[in-house]
Amino acid sequence: MLNPQLDADGKLKHLLTIEGLPKKILTQILDTAETFVGVAERDIKKVPLLRGKTVCNIFFENSTRTRTTFEIAAKRLSADVINLNVNTSSQSKGETILDTVDNLIAMHADMFVVRHGQSGAVHFIAQHVPDNISVINAGDGRHAHPTQGLLDVFTVRRYKPDMHNLRVALVGDVLHSRVARSEIHALTTLGVPEVRVIAPKTLLPAGVEKLGVQVFHDMKAGLKDADVVMMLRLQNERMSGALLPSAQEYFKTFGLTQEKLSYAKPDAIVMHPGPMNRGVEIDSSVADGSQSVILPQVTYGIAVRMAVMAILGGGA
Amino acid sequence: MKIHIKNGHLIDPKNNIDTKQDVYVAAGKIVGIGSAPKDFVANQTIDATDLIVAPGFVDLSARLREPGSEHKATLNSELLAAAAGGITSLACPPDTDPVLDEPGLVEMLKHRAKLLNLVHVYPLGALTRQLEGKLLTEMCELTEAGCVGFSQADVAITDTQVLWRAFEYAATFGYTIFLRAEDYYLAKDGVAHDGEIASRLGLKGIPAAAEGLAIASILRIAHETKTKVHLCRLSTAEGVDLVRQAKKQGVQVTADVSAQHCHLTDHDIGYFNAYANLKPPLRSARDRAALCQGLKDGTIDAICSDHTPVDDDAKLLPFAEAEAGATGLELLLPLALKWATDNKTSLFDAIAKITSQPASILAIDGGHLSLNANADIAIFNPKLEWKIDASQLKSQGKNTPFLGLTLLGKVQYTLLHGQITYQA
Repeated sequence: MLNPQLDADGKLKHLLTIEGLPKKILTQILDTAETFVGVAERDIKKVPLLRGKTVCNIFFENSTRTRTTFEIAAKRLSADVINLNVNTSSQSKGETILDTVDNLIAMHADMFVVRHGQSGAVHFIAQHVPDNISVINAGDGRHAHPTQGLLDVFTVRRYKPDMHNLRVALVGDVLHSRVARSEIHALTTLGVPEVRVIAPKTLLPAGVEKLGVQVFHDMKAGLKDADVVMMLRLQNERMSGALLPSAQEYFKTFGLTQEKLSYAKPDAIVMHPGPMNRGVEIDSSVADGSQSVILPQVTYGIAVRMAVMAILGGGA
Repeated sequence: MKIHIKNGHLIDPKNNIDTKQDVYVAAGKIVGIGSAPKDFVANQTIDATDLIVAPGFVDLSARLREPGSEHKATLNSELLAAAAGGITSLACPPDTDPVLDEPGLVEMLKHRAKLLNLVHVYPLGALTRQLEGKLLTEMCELTEAGCVGFSQADVAITDTQVLWRAFEYAATFGYTIFLRAEDYYLAKDGVAHDGEIASRLGLKGIPAAAEGLAIASILRIAHETKTKVHLCRLSTAEGVDLVRQAKKQGVQVTADVSAQHCHLTDHDIGYFNAYANLKPPLRSARDRAALCQGLKDGTIDAICSDHTPVDDDAKLLPFAEAEAGATGLELLLPLALKWATDNKTSLFDAIAKITSQPASILAIDGGHLSLNANADIAIFNPKLEWKIDASQLKSQGKNTPFLGLTLLGKVQYTLLHGQITYQA
């Protein structure tokens, strides 16, 4: 089976998932992103790499942050941007995904940034677009959120450049998290030797260890000597029910506090993909503390998304 | 019409025949095997040199989509597909729209099938009204109308009290209950085997235990109530083990597996291939091996097509939103043959799994070529290679995970009541 993300020459054609991408391509994206970090600090925050191209943000599922950062990234590359919130328009009128996509193809968009609630929906769209269109996955179901995974490893690399000598712990709802899956694949592909997941058994998918991670159910053991702590968001509807008894108990057992963070290395960094539930998965003092790199993640997110678009657009 | 089928290799598992013999057909019946009856003069001779002559195949589960889903398939399209697949008898599950829970609907279906005269159609009636798992159907009336057993199709009965009573009631009259065992709650919203693949793809999993738990309760109730139960579409190693033990303990249980599950695993989902979205889900390689072994040692009695034609619109969707199921009538033979080849067992065994064994489960007269039996015959070339191509399939459903693959074994002639219903 050919990797649907690569063209015949092995170059990136779509960005659908980190899984199966060669290290070379990940490194290319991260290195390109480095060159874009400075753009935001200039007076004129634009480069002309995608001038004349049209990027279409198609969001079948609500998002403010991801959509905004993709929009900023595209605009800084001088592309024209169309935003489409499909769940509020066509789909409620019975239009199928392919109808929606066909219409946008007819409008001569060059790049689709797609978020959808179903795992695999973005692969599905990528299979049905003509050759000249690239598709970027902005999150599909529980499956993948590759730009988030990339911006997270970009952040890690900035603070801890020696990726081959790191211990990274992911904490929280891995079961429902596309971010966790993309982070795990990005970290393992880039050669991080030890990736851990820490969660109650109800929030871990079957066979998670086959993704190349070590499984812990206890924060003290799991965070011990970690260099990087990546927190995962816990959705409101999962805080009390059959997966977890209550947000309070979750915070007590798996919430990141200063005390629990002290098990990690003293210079460990703390990350979170946002939006955070303060007092549920992370304590405010940690989120706003000196070890937190949560806001730099957002800043780097724009540079990484610029890099992905520039590479797919042929401009980098 | 008198037909002489000459020079073919006859395989008839029920009568334990596996040898080169001619077959003579007259007035819809088999009138001679090996030698012609006195004064037999054929109107037509079929040269079956290098071909296998077998009883017409019996399929335990084919959705014909009538009534209610004619946009997916019609009786006409699917019975033509069945004939092309060498199938002369098939059972259809009750999950039509409306559900087969009224004698009138069953009579209509039987009547329409009879007019087409391509395949014997044996409906399975709904075990509970609307398949809701609450109220029993009129099983005696439905049987009179032509039902050969009772089923819940893919709908689980969650109320064990109802399940128990349904078994007791069916046992009163000696009816067989056909159930696909799956725990409703563990399977809820799941679309793939709960394992590494589902975890990687972010698909909601159905644990293998969902089948094991349900089988354990069904077998227990069948044992207590002394009911004949047929377990449909086994998918797990655990399920095979439970059936094996139950058979040893004397529970009246039989089981089948779909032709898809003999060959595919959750790896075949690949990059979200919606054609691999099946019910039950494709499971692990270990499960598949156990299914193949279970077939071989007789724990699993039959292979069925689990034919489920789905229209393109219902498959052209993200994996979890796509309708489950595969078209299968025309693939039953080659997939059964492939099971035999891959598992180092005989052609004879493969034919038994799609003729005498399913006929015995349905308790119908079919699946054999005894003297004076109905001349329902499949004649096929076991060595003929063909590529599975949507445009060549007669079924209105083109949805199969085997599209593009080359398989061995193709039907050349199908006869129903001594009439040729299909010729390649």
